[in-house]
Amino acid sequence: MTASKIPSDKKLTVSASPHIRAASTSRRIMLDVIISLVPALIASGIFFGLRALAVVAVTVVACVLSEYVTRRIMKRSNTIGDLSAVVTGMLLAFNLPSSIPFWMAALGGAVAIVVVKQFFGGIGQNFVNPAIAGRIVLLISFSTAMASWTQPLSGFMNLTAPDALTGATPLVAYGTDAAPGLLDMFIGNRGGCLGETSIVALLIGGVYLVARKVISPAIPLSFIGTVAVITLIAEKGDFVALAYQLMSGGLVLGAIFMATDYATSPINFKGKIIFGIGCGLFTCLIRLFGSLPEGVSFAIILMNILVPHIERITTPKPFGTVKEKKAKEEKKA
Amino acid sequence: MISGKFNGVLKAVKQVRGGVKVDHHKNTSSCEVVRMPDPEKVIMPMQQHIGAPCTPTVSVGDKVGVGQVIGDTDKFVSAPIHASVSGTVKAIGDIKLPNGSLSQAVTIESDGENRLWEGVEPPQVHNREDFIKAVRASGLVGLGGAGFPSFIKFNFKPEQNIDTLIVNAAECEPYITVDHRECVDNSWDIVSSIHVICEYYGFKQVIIAVEDNKPDVFKAISDVAKTDGNGDKIKLMVLKSKYPQGAEKMMVQSATGRKVPPGKLPGDIGCIVMNVASIAFLSRYLKTGKPLVKRSMTVDGSAIANPMNVRVPIGTNIGDIIDFCGGFKEEPCKIILGGPMMGQAIVSTNLPVCKQNNAILAFAKDDTVLKPEYDCIRCGRCAQACPMSLMPTLIVRFAKAKDVDALKEAGINVCMECGSCAFACPAGKPLVQHMRLAKSIVREADKR
Repeated sequence: MTASKIPSDKKLTVSASPHIRAASTSRRIMLDVIISLVPALIASGIFFGLRALAVVAVTVVACVLSEYVTRRIMKRSNTIGDLSAVVTGMLLAFNLPSSIPFWMAALGGAVAIVVVKQFFGGIGQNFVNPAIAGRIVLLISFSTAMASWTQPLSGFMNLTAPDALTGATPLVAYGTDAAPGLLDMFIGNRGGCLGETSIVALLIGGVYLVARKVISPAIPLSFIGTVAVITLIAEKGDFVALAYQLMSGGLVLGAIFMATDYATSPINFKGKIIFGIGCGLFTCLIRLFGSLPEGVSFAIILMNILVPHIERITTPKPFGTVKEKKAKEEKKA
Repeated sequence: MISGKFNGVLKAVKQVRGGVKVDHHKNTSSCEVVRMPDPEKVIMPMQQHIGAPCTPTVSVGDKVGVGQVIGDTDKFVSAPIHASVSGTVKAIGDIKLPNGSLSQAVTIESDGENRLWEGVEPPQVHNREDFIKAVRASGLVGLGGAGFPSFIKFNFKPEQNIDTLIVNAAECEPYITVDHRECVDNSWDIVSSIHVICEYYGFKQVIIAVEDNKPDVFKAISDVAKTDGNGDKIKLMVLKSKYPQGAEKMMVQSATGRKVPPGKLPGDIGCIVMNVASIAFLSRYLKTGKPLVKRSMTVDGSAIANPMNVRVPIGTNIGDIIDFCGGFKEEPCKIILGGPMMGQAIVSTNLPVCKQNNAILAFAKDDTVLKPEYDCIRCGRCAQACPMSLMPTLIVRFAKAKDVDALKEAGINVCMECGSCAFACPAGKPLVQHMRLAKSIVREADKR
C-alpha cells in the first residue's frame, strides 16, 4: 500500500508524546504484592490451619465487595480490577489472630475500604494505611478477641474458633519459659497474628518485592534498623533480646508490607529514610514505655499522618538549582 | 601538524539521575543511507527553526537553483532557507505544519536538472566572525530535532569562557539511527569539522559522546581521530544507554560533570553542545559552500515495508518518502515525525519534511494502543524517572489548582517534556500533556 493510496477518510491516531509506555501497570504491581504475600499465606496455613486461610478469604471478599458496592453507590468507576482491595484484605487478615470471629474480620475489611480508602477518594488518596486502620478499629472495639493468640500447630482442620488455646505472644513472653526458641521464631512456629509470625516467609516476599522494583528497601531497612539500634541500647547489648524484639510482633510484616504502602509513604529517598526512622522510633517508644503490647501499627499510622510534612521538606530542588548558601559563598568569592 | 595523541575511549564523567530504559529498536543501524531521487516538487515552509519565521525572497515564476536563498529575515534568532531542488517557484502560500501552526511556504516545481545555483561557492573564512557568518549563511539548525539556529551557539562573548565543545551522538530515542550512520559513514567529516572549529575557538576539549550500544561508532571515530592533529583535544566518551541521555542538560552533566542551572543554557557554564550530524554538515559546507538542502532520515516502524535510512531534499512530501521505502505493509494507525518518546504524531502524510525532522515512524494498530488510564497510586516512578528532579504528581496537583507560584516553585519550566515520567507511569497517566498544560497556565499568568 502506498502512502498516496491511504483512503482519505482513514484517520490517523494523534496523541501527545511519548508514544510508547513501559509495560508495568497498577494491576501488575498489586499482583506482585499479592505474589509476595503468598509465602506468608502458606506459612499461616501450616501453623494456624484452615481457620487462618478462612480468615484471609473472609477479609479479601469483604474488602473487594465493599469496594465494589461503595464505588457503585458513589457512581464512580469500578476499580476492583486493580487488585488493591485484595492486597488490603490480605494485609488486614495477616494482622488478625486466626481465632477472630469471621464477622469481626469482615467488619474490619469494610471499615478499611469504605471509611479509610473510598471516603477519601479511592486508591492513592487515603492518608493512612487502610489495613492498619481496619486493624486498629478492631483492636479498640474488640480487644479481647484481638488479643487471643492461637497456639500454632493446634490442628489443621479445626475450622471453629478455638477457645482454650490462648497464650501470651513472644513480645510479652520473652524471658519466661513460655518463650519459643529463636528458630521457631524465625520459621513462625509461635503465637501471634496469623500472617506476622513466619519471618522467613515475609523476608522471601520482601526480597521478591525489591527484586521486582515494586518497593525500595529504604523504608524496611531504616525502620528495622532503627528498632535494632534502640533495642540494643535499651537491652544493654543483649543480642538474643534483640533477635526476639526484631522477630516478634508485627515488625517485619509492618516494615516490609505496610510501611511501604505507596499512598501513605513518602516518594523520595530522603523522605523514605525519615519515615522509616520515625516508624522505628515510635515502635520502640510504644514497646518500651507504652501500655500496649505492640506498637508497629500505631507507629506506622502516626508516621502516615506526617507524610505530607515529610514530603514538603524532602522534595528535591529542580535540576541545576544552586543552593542558596553556595550561591552566597560564590558571590563573596 | 600532527602533534597530539588521541586519548582513546573515555568513560562518562558523571552518571545522570533518572531516565528510563526503553527498547532500542535500532533496526536500521546497519542500513547505509540511501539517496532518494529528487521529487517533482518540494514545499519549503518558512518556519523550520526555533525563532522568527523567514520571509520569502523569491516570487512566483522565478527560476531557482539548488542552494539559492528563498527565504530569510533580519531577526536574530533565525536561519535562512535555501531551495533544495532547481526549478520554478510555483506558489507562495500558507500551509499547516505538523504541530498545527500556519506557516508561509514556497512551492518549487523541479525541472529535474538538479542545477546548482551559481552563487554557491565555498565561504571565505579567516576568523571567528567569518565563521559565524558562514554558519548562519549555511542555514544550519540543530539537526537532532530541536531546530535551534546553530550560528547562535558559536556567537558567544569572550567572558563566557567556553572551554568545551560537546558533539552529541547519543541518539537515545528508539528507532532513529541517522546519527549513528553519520558517525560510521562520515567520521572523517566529523573530525575535520572539529579541526576547523578548533582553529577559530580555543576549546580545551572536544567531547564526542556516544551511547554504549553503538560499538562500531567508537571504532570508526577512533580510527580517524588517531590520524588527526587535534587528536589530543578529542575525547570520545561512552555513555550508558538510557533515555534521555542525549538531552542537552543530561549530555553536559555526563560529559563534564557540570549542571546547567534552571533557565540557563550550556553556554552559561562553558559548554557548547552540537548534534553530530550538524557538525559533519559544517565540514562539507565549508569545503563546498552547498547550504543545508538535504538531510538524512530514518524511516521505520511496524507499518513500513522496507525500513531504511534515506537522504532526502528538504521539503519533500512525507508520503513520497514512505512510498520510496516500499510504502506500508500494514495499514498505518499512527505516524510520528521524530522518535517515539518526543516525536509529533501527524494527521496526514501530505506534509513536507523540515530541516529538524530526523525520522518518520509509522506504526500498525497493535503498536499504538497505550495502556488505559487509571488513578494515580503514588508509586513515585514518575519522580524517579524525571532527569530534572521534578515531582510530576505534585505538578499535576498544582496545575489542577491553577497555583502559578507553586508551579514555578516546583520547577515546571525546567521540564523538557522528555516523556520519561509518562513512559514510566503504571497508571497510564498522560503526564507530558499535564506538564504542557501546567506550562501554559504559567505562561498565561505571566502575560497578565
